[in-house]
Amino acid sequence: MSKLFSKANKEALTGPLNLNNPVVVQVLGICSALAVTSQLKPAIVMGLSVTIITAFSNLVISLIRNTIPNRIRIIVQLVVVAALVTIVAQVLKAFAYDVSVQLSVYVGLIITNCILMGRLEAFAMMNGPWESFLDGIGNGVGYAMVLVIVGFVRELLGSGCLFGFQVVPQCLYDWGYMNNGMMTMPAMSLIIVGCVLWVHRSINKENK
Amino acid sequence: MSLRKYVDKIKPNFMEGGKFHAFRSVFEGFETFLFVPNETRRTGVNIHDAIDSKRIMSLVCIALVPALLFGMYNVGYQNFMASGTEGSWFDMWLYGFLAVLPKIIVSYVTGLGIEFTVAQWKGEEIHEGFLVSGLLIPMIIPVNTPLWILVLATAFAVIFAKEIFGGTGMNIFNPALITRAFLFFSYPTCMTGDDSVWVSQNTICGLGGNVPDTFTAATPLGEVGAGMAPSASVLDCVIGTIPGSIGETSVIAIALGAILLLWTGVASWKTMLSVFVGGALMGELFHATGMSTLTAVDHLVVGGFCFGAVFMATDPVTSARTEGGKYIYGLLIGVVAVLVRVMNPGYPEGMMLAILLMNLFAPLIDYCFVQSNINRRAKRAIK
Repeated sequence: MSKLFSKANKEALTGPLNLNNPVVVQVLGICSALAVTSQLKPAIVMGLSVTIITAFSNLVISLIRNTIPNRIRIIVQLVVVAALVTIVAQVLKAFAYDVSVQLSVYVGLIITNCILMGRLEAFAMMNGPWESFLDGIGNGVGYAMVLVIVGFVRELLGSGCLFGFQVVPQCLYDWGYMNNGMMTMPAMSLIIVGCVLWVHRSINKENK
Repeated sequence: MSLRKYVDKIKPNFMEGGKFHAFRSVFEGFETFLFVPNETRRTGVNIHDAIDSKRIMSLVCIALVPALLFGMYNVGYQNFMASGTEGSWFDMWLYGFLAVLPKIIVSYVTGLGIEFTVAQWKGEEIHEGFLVSGLLIPMIIPVNTPLWILVLATAFAVIFAKEIFGGTGMNIFNPALITRAFLFFSYPTCMTGDDSVWVSQNTICGLGGNVPDTFTAATPLGEVGAGMAPSASVLDCVIGTIPGSIGETSVIAIALGAILLLWTGVASWKTMLSVFVGGALMGELFHATGMSTLTAVDHLVVGGFCFGAVFMATDPVTSARTEGGKYIYGLLIGVVAVLVRVMNPGYPEGMMLAILLMNLFAPLIDYCFVQSNINRRAKRAIK
């Protein structure tokens, strides 16, 4: 057990949550972070899907990494990712149809998510299955964290709801409060991602 | 010179070791605003104009005064007309003054508050850029904009359009227009909405009258956007007694400001002229092809065209800086503004979007002009 969670493995799991965060530090996967975060629920589902796909594609590629011919490795990686994405898309359609409609094309576009290819190339091709699996979970959760923060702010200020439930009290609206329409537009999520980045960098100043 | 003496007397308090050393940047901000600093740099040689940016900003503010005063009168005029109240022109002006004053105060307090905080925090001197923006912001919004929204939009613009880029002189976009864009996209009902935003609805301090809730007054562009003929004549638009944002309605008042800006050389006549030429060309084209009922002249006098051309497009920070680039920059603002008005039914007014778009392209235009100049001279040198 101690070997399963050695220091290096722990680092692979927790590093991406903070100092090596895929969105905030490596600035990958921004497009989907902008597109699906207008509400909290799709943001969480998207984060979960990416976590699962990253973890398992890392696992699969790491298992077969010694048999993949170097020249066609990108194609092999894409096939694995595409298969996993298709499975996740089908599961979403079967069990969470409304969210899958909301996410529409973005579930399919996980294939092109830079985080996935980045982790496969940079980590899974060189490390064992268990480490790769942990790395995939860490990166997926790091990505999901940012999505949840952005989704929280956007849904709260943009429509006054969280998970579709009204949280801004009616009396505020009676006093003249209004929802911010720009929060529901992708332009504003870019600014919020920027703010998250800003906060993160000013907290971790010494770790440049 | 008693003010000079007073400033000198309290100065030691703010210097190193003084009681109020923490507020040094605030003090310096006010001192250099009141008096042109007579300090010279100790290292290197700098060539300075006789006029510094605080003086330029003050001139722009003075140029804005006619439009602001007329805007106040027009706010009162619209309310008195809509509610059927009788009153002298002074009553109308006073009503408008009371309606507009809170917006000016709120915009200045918010913007300067943020600027002072940032300057104090970074230990820099206070920039003067917000002097103009703070006055522009209340002039380009409808009179019924709620104050809390104004606070939010001003703070957004100062932080995200200005401080992030490094403060005054570094911004890509005009902060006043970013304020308006934020309001426009965030709270569309307050900005154009149901056409009830343009006329102040209630009595203020016993002046004016209450306007019934069902009353609406569309701007000429709003009416055209809805497919109607504008109810205001060209003469009304030139004088400015039409519904619209506070400062933008009167062509005459804006022209007075334009004369001051051009006479003192603060604004570039090249930019200003080419905005009008671009707008007129495009207006004429659309009118000739029957796509727009407005003639070229109509396009130039309605909405925020004049105000944008005179006070926004000529902003020395965000406009093109090469002399040739100013023609292209201005021309495209005029063209895009009319293009948006006519082609996009969602946005009856295109001036804000046109200027913001060209703000974005100004560095590219400059780059092309500088580069072509370099190429030309390089060719000459090789020959």
